[in-house]
Parts: sequence; structure tokens; C-alpha cells
Amino acid sequence: MPDVNFIVDGQKLTAPAGTLLIDACKSAGIEIPAFCYYPGLSLQAACRMCVVRIEKQPKLATACTTTVAEGMVVHTENPEIAQARKATLQLLLGNHPLDCPVCDAGGECELQDMTFKYGAADSFYAEPKNHREEQKWSPVVYFDRPRCILCYRCVRMCGEGMDVFALGIQNRGSSSVIAPNVPAQLSPENIPNLDCEQCGMCIDACPVGALTSGTYRYKTRPWEMNHVATVCTHCGDGCKTTLGVRSVANGSEIVRGDNRDKSGINGDFLCNKGRYAFDFANNIERLTSPLMRKDGKLKPVSWEEALTFAGTRLRELRDQRGPQSIGVIGSNRLTNEENYLLQKFARSVIGTNNIDHHRTADFVTLAAALRGSSKRFASQHCVEKAPALLVIGGDPTTQAPLTAWNLRTNVRNKNARLYIANHADIKLRRQAKAAVTLDFAGYGAFADYLAGDDSTANAASPDTDALAKFRDALRAEEKLIIVLGNEVRGSTIARLVDTFPTSKFALLSDYVNSRGAADMGVMPDVLPGYQLVGAHAFVEEYKSPETPGLNLVEMFDAALARELAALYVVGSNPVARYNVDPATLANTFLIVQDLFLTETALLADVVFPASNLYEKSGSVTNSYGDVQLVSKAADKSGTRSDFELIVRLADKFGHEIKQLVPFGKGLRADMGQTRGAQSGEADRHSVWLTANNLEPKLSPFDPFAILDEIQRLVPGYDKLLRLQLLSGNDQHIAPSAGDLVQIANRNDLVLPSHDTLFTSGSLTRFSPQLQDVQRHQSREVADHLAAD
Amino acid sequence: MSAIASTIFSPELAARFDKLVTLYPLKRSALIPMLLYAQDEVGYVSDACVAEIAQRLDLLELDVRNVLSYYSMLRTVPAGKYNVQVCTNISCMLRGGFELLDHCKHKLGIGHKGVTPDGLFSLEEVECIGACCWAPAVQVNYDFHDDLTPAKMDVILESYRNGNGKPESVDKEAV
Repeated sequence: MPDVNFIVDGQKLTAPAGTLLIDACKSAGIEIPAFCYYPGLSLQAACRMCVVRIEKQPKLATACTTTVAEGMVVHTENPEIAQARKATLQLLLGNHPLDCPVCDAGGECELQDMTFKYGAADSFYAEPKNHREEQKWSPVVYFDRPRCILCYRCVRMCGEGMDVFALGIQNRGSSSVIAPNVPAQLSPENIPNLDCEQCGMCIDACPVGALTSGTYRYKTRPWEMNHVATVCTHCGDGCKTTLGVRSVANGSEIVRGDNRDKSGINGDFLCNKGRYAFDFANNIERLTSPLMRKDGKLKPVSWEEALTFAGTRLRELRDQRGPQSIGVIGSNRLTNEENYLLQKFARSVIGTNNIDHHRTADFVTLAAALRGSSKRFASQHCVEKAPALLVIGGDPTTQAPLTAWNLRTNVRNKNARLYIANHADIKLRRQAKAAVTLDFAGYGAFADYLAGDDSTANAASPDTDALAKFRDALRAEEKLIIVLGNEVRGSTIARLVDTFPTSKFALLSDYVNSRGAADMGVMPDVLPGYQLVGAHAFVEEYKSPETPGLNLVEMFDAALARELAALYVVGSNPVARYNVDPATLANTFLIVQDLFLTETALLADVVFPASNLYEKSGSVTNSYGDVQLVSKAADKSGTRSDFELIVRLADKFGHEIKQLVPFGKGLRADMGQTRGAQSGEADRHSVWLTANNLEPKLSPFDPFAILDEIQRLVPGYDKLLRLQLLSGNDQHIAPSAGDLVQIANRNDLVLPSHDTLFTSGSLTRFSPQLQDVQRHQSREVADHLAAD
Repeated sequence: MSAIASTIFSPELAARFDKLVTLYPLKRSALIPMLLYAQDEVGYVSDACVAEIAQRLDLLELDVRNVLSYYSMLRTVPAGKYNVQVCTNISCMLRGGFELLDHCKHKLGIGHKGVTPDGLFSLEEVECIGACCWAPAVQVNYDFHDDLTPAKMDVILESYRNGNGKPESVDKEAV
């Protein structure tokens, strides 16, 4: 679009023709207030707050529906406009309760701000206010009808943004009301109810306190919390979530999760888990003391006793039965630094390649297939912006909600062409330009068919005509972003990579750092950066064995055969996940680091209470390879970060710590990474330090000390800009070494977690909110959603 | 044969609905006529009506309820056999609409939106029914009654109560 010139408040501005006046002004730093306008959603023009005076027009015009035009002269603030806005506010306040002192939105309320600005506190309306009791629509969404100003943001957010359409407007005129999709007479408690994805986007969009969150309401005020932006610990999309924390007797607890500054990779989006499922961190069942098995029972002991016992026993077993008799299991929820440190611990402290984690996507094959072509890894931003996208397998709506949000937004606002190939009738088909139904086991045949092998059509899909049309449509696309679900593995990935030489690829995984765990080489046959075991650089660094170790399944086989002397499990629950018979581990010395007494921890000889991702610093890598900073938000006394625990265990094992963590070159001080609730300040401090070529790597527990080593040794991560990371920006990395070799007949061992919108692995049962929402949704017998 | 296998409507109405959806460029345009016809047959728009109409028009039940709640002539609870709708907008108001309404309330023993215990009458205060020239006016189901007084209203109500429907004419001198 050509640019047009116009004048706003005497300032000469330029913007592309077609730009909305309100957006053009915002870009120029001129704020026009609006309640109903929301960027990215359709226009409503309901609130009349954005009225401006455009010269030569007879009446005040709404800036949210006016596009800029050549020669337009606009005034955004003058007494006439102020009076119009004040009148609008008086109308809105006619029925609005004056309960700001108790309202959740108080201090963050757009209506409150505007009332302060335009002074509309006096009212001409003598009628009594029309009060209605608040309603609980779901465990996470509450509705206070009198506070609602009918801006319709929630209705549009739910319908257009989420493609759920669970909210509507009912009645008429002054009795208009936002209504959820289950009317009172059809709900179990005879009050209106929401049957939806429980994402809370309606609450986020609400400019006032009409929609409030079940987890946060009436708990605190916005200014009484510290706000720490970090990365959500749940799915593999890596949304930034801002946690509101406040001090409590035993540390600091998380009160709220939202995306306050909308600065993250996720923009304004957060799903149910990102917004509410932080509550596992505050669960009273959290372990807060080390436990040791004495007389067959786990008993609380001191840190010193537990660490000394675990370290010396591990050393004894290593010396007596050899390093190959010891296994280590990492986690999808540890930071990159911790996973790197853990595999280094296994390989250099113990001296074994017996290390693995619960794999949720076949990243090794993807990295091998894309070796040497670092430009072909797709970022989350590609999904947000690319004109053509192909999604094979997976169900982003439930497994990777941000990916689904980006796909929907891209299709809605940028007319992206979305192609879906899936065995299931996934919800994203509604946005697809073309969709094809595959056979449940037809993904391999589908890849072959796309590559040109027509004989596989019948094996790929029951509808071969649709398949042929689908392939033609894909061939007409010059550049595709191809997103693969975890049904697609091994040679199928490689075949697709060869078939679409100009495409970028991404593989969806199930947890926050599934990709990071793979990138950091928490696998028996692959080193950090997907280099094969035996790679030169690491043999020198680690002095580790040059043959692959046991994978997770083989470790348990070895345990059953009494060949596994010890197993060190960090942040993982393989006993439940892989359905391991507890007797398997009877003859294995088991050390477990976890938040809760999981099925695995119950069998342990030593249990260390660990911090979760919201209580530590470091970095994580999402499914797409976007690396982001994790900042310490909450704090729980009695727990320690996995990083610290690995280092301490290595120390008690008798290892030289400086060889494990290259920290402190002379100075000795802890600059805050381990400091506690206020470490947000430490992170800000480190921005300054980095900008001045200084870094606070003075403690052996500082993850940034190991990040140095990661950057030195792991291909892809060498490109990471430290200042960008510390500023909270995401950076896309492509972990492909040029010398990667395709591994033939490798067992990918991918075990999809099959998490839904309301489950998150072993954390599910420790999150009361997820439990509540599951109960709520399971009671909804009728089908109220467009989704299914 | 209806497009919906287990329709809750009569075969005639179901057939009418089948045709109705084909008459508009957008299916959902048939929503308001459907709601009205459904109300005429069932007596009110029940949850079952909402469900079937949503199904017929590929809408969410929520969409149907959004529209349903907007219009005051659509109701979601049963009315009496004879739904007495008294206009109190300006012309009727000036010529005694409110007196008429109060009279009906007193006579029938029910208030606005009320239904008599025998289910025979229900009462509603409505906005303009387009009979301003002959105000005050009352609509009973689809019958109009105009130029009314409380006494004439009694005759009308009595006629309905006796099952005689709309009286041929109300003798002005008789009252």
C-alpha cells in the first residue's frame, strides 16, 4: 500500500494507506483511548471512546474504524473531545459499581484510568444501580455482570481468536449481557456455565473487572506483587508467562500468571496451563526436605547427610561395578544448562553414556536430515507470519496451543494458506485451505506419496482423490513451513525433508524443554548438538566412552537383570510414564530429584527436593529452537535448583567442581542467580554487566557459567547473543553440525505424552486448578462447542 | 421426510423448515422466521426447539439464544392459551393503556409476563403494536382489539374464556 500523509495534533505523520487511524497514532506515540478496539480482532465501534475530530467532517469520528487518508487533519485531544469521552464514561459508569477497592482489575483497569483522566466521577443518572450477583462460569472464569461495559472484546477473543465461540451477547439495550454457552437451565447447578478451552483469554482481554480469574480473584492487588517474566513449564511452545509473586513465610508464592507486557514470543496469547497451572508450585505436597531410606522407609534427613550418602555411595558403586552399571535420566522440564550439566555429569563424572530422557519428538532425525542447512529450521515466528503452512500429524490446538493460535491468526489476518494432513479430525481443519484425512498408520506412506510414489496412495489415505489434489496444491506452493506432529518420525521426516528442499521444518514436542534436552545431548547415542558419541571435541573435554550407552528402556532391562547398580533420575517420573514394575528397581541404588513424591521417588533410596522451572534461572529451547531466558520468580524454602544439586552431588562424589562448572576466575561471590525471590533484580543487574562485558559467573551454581561451555561446544548455540537472551528476547538456533551422520535403524523411542489442554504429565495431579477444570469439563454432557 | 430424522415439530412444520433454509443465500437468515413458527406450534421456544433450530441452520445453540433473547415477542417459557398483550406506548398511554393494563392485572390476577393458574390467560405489557390510530389497543395471540375501555376488555376476556374466540363486535352501547 502506498503511504499517505496526514496531520495529527499538528504532527506530520505518514502511514500506509488502509492503516487505521488509531494504529497510526499509536505508532507515532499518540494514545487514543478505546475500550472495544483490540488489535487483531474485528472492529466493533461500540464504546465511542476513540472519538477524534477530523477536520471537514461534521461529527466526531471513531479513530478505530477510520482509515488514514491523504491530507487528513486530526485532533485527538481538545475540550470538545474530552467532553464527548467524559459523557461516554458517565454512561458506562451509570450502572458500574464503585467497587474498585476490591475489584481485581483495580490498578490495571482501563475504565479506571479513563475515569481518572477525564474526571467523570460525577453522574447524572439518578436511577439505582442494577446489581447482579457474580457468577462462577467455570473454575477459572467468573463473571461480575454490573462491571461489564459491553465492549465485546471477550466475545470476539473467544470466537475469532480462539475459534471456540463460547461467549455471546444476549438480551437487548440496557439489559444486554455477556452470556456463556451453557444456559442456566442446562447446567448442573442451574447457573450459566462455560464449556470451552478455559484459556482465560476473555479475562485477559477484558478492559475492566467483569471477567475475573478463579485463581487470582480477591487475592491481592497488582502493585503488591513482583512481576517476573519467564517461560511456561508446560507444552513445547515456550510462551512467555509473567508470574506475579508475593512473599510468604516460606519463600515467595506465585499468585498469578498472565502476559502482562505482551513482549514474549506468544504476544497476547496464553492457554489454560500457561495462565493458571502454576499452582503445582504452591502445592503443600511439595517436598521440602531431603529424604533417605532408613529401615525401608523414606525419612527426612539433613542436606549434608543425604548428599554425602548419595555421593559416596554412587562413588563406591561406580568404583566397584564400573561406570557402565550406572544410569542417568534427565528431564523435559530442566533448563538447557541443567540438562547439559547432567549429561556432562554422566559422561565425565561417572564416565558413562547411559543417559536418556523421556523423548517426545524425534529431534535427532530432524537434525540429521537438516544437517548443514541451518536456514531450514522453522521458528515459532514462521508459523505466525509465513504465507503457506503444512501441518502433518499432531493436534496443535490441544498439544501446542500457541502454534494453533498463530496458525489461526495468520489465516485470519494475513490470509495464510494452511494445509492439514492428519488421521484425526482436528479442529484446525476449520482454518485449512485444504485438508486430507490420513490412515492412522499412513504417515510414512503419505511422505512417500508426496515424494512422488503413487503406489502408496491407498496406504496413505482412504480418499485418494483428495490426496492427489492435496499433493498438487502443495506442489504449487513455493515455500512451505512444515510443522510435524510426533506421529512423524525417523525415515518419514528424512523423506519429507528431501521432498521439500525449499521448506523450513519444525517438530512439535510435548514439554517446555523437550527440544533443549535433545539439543543438550541427554541421550545415550548423541552428544550435545546432535554429534555422534565419540565426536572428537567431546572425547577430549569429557574423556567419556566412545560407544553409545543404554537408553531409558534398556536401563530398566538392565535393572531387571541386576546389572544396573545405580540410577540417578532428575525431574522425571519414568516408573509411571513407562509403567515400570516397582520390583525392577529393587536391586538398584536410586537417587531421585523431584518436586513431589512421584511413583519413581517412592522407590528411591535418596530423594532430593528440587525447585521447578519457575524457581530457577537459565534458558530453555522450545520445539522450534527458539531459546529464551528463564528467570527465577517464585521461591520455596527447603528446595534447591537441580543445577545446584547436580553440582553438590558431583562434589560429594569426589569430583573437581571446577572441571564440571567453569566458574569464578579469581573472584568469589554469588551475584544473585541463587539468591531467592529478588533474583529478578539480579537478572536486570546482569543485563548491565553483560553490556559492560562483565558477567557474574562467580558461583558454581550459576547456570551462566555452563552456558559459556554450551556456547563453546554445542553447534547452533554458539550463535546465541547473550544480551538478547538476558533482555528476555527469543533467539532462533539451528543445531546442525556439518558433520552429522544419518544414523541408520536408530530406535527413536518417542513416547508421545498425549497431554490435553488440561493435563501436563506428572504435574497434572499436583495442580488443583487442572483437576478442577477437568472435573468441570467432564460434567458438560451436552455438546456446546463448535469445536467437536 | 424431514431433513432432521427425529424432529420435534409436526411433519408440516418440519417440511416448511426444510424449505425455509433453502430460501436464503445464508442459511442463518431463516433463524427468526423459524423461531416464530416454532413458538406458534410449541407455544414457546423450548430448549429442544433451540437445539433443533441450531442443528438445522448449522449454528451453535449459543447463537440461537443470542438472537432469541433479543426479541421480546419470542418467549422461552410457556404462555397462557390466550396471550393478552397490552400496549402502553405513547398513543395507547395517552388514551388509557395503563388503566387497561391495570384492569387486566386485576381481572386476571396476574402481573406482567404472568400466567393464570388454569393456563388460560397470560398477560404482557408490550411496546407499540402498530394500532395507534385506534388506541388503546390490545393484541390477544394474533387478534387485534382496539379503541378499548376496561368494560370492553371484560367482554373480550369473557368471550375468550367461554371459548368463543374474538367477539364479532363489542356493542359500544351495551357497556
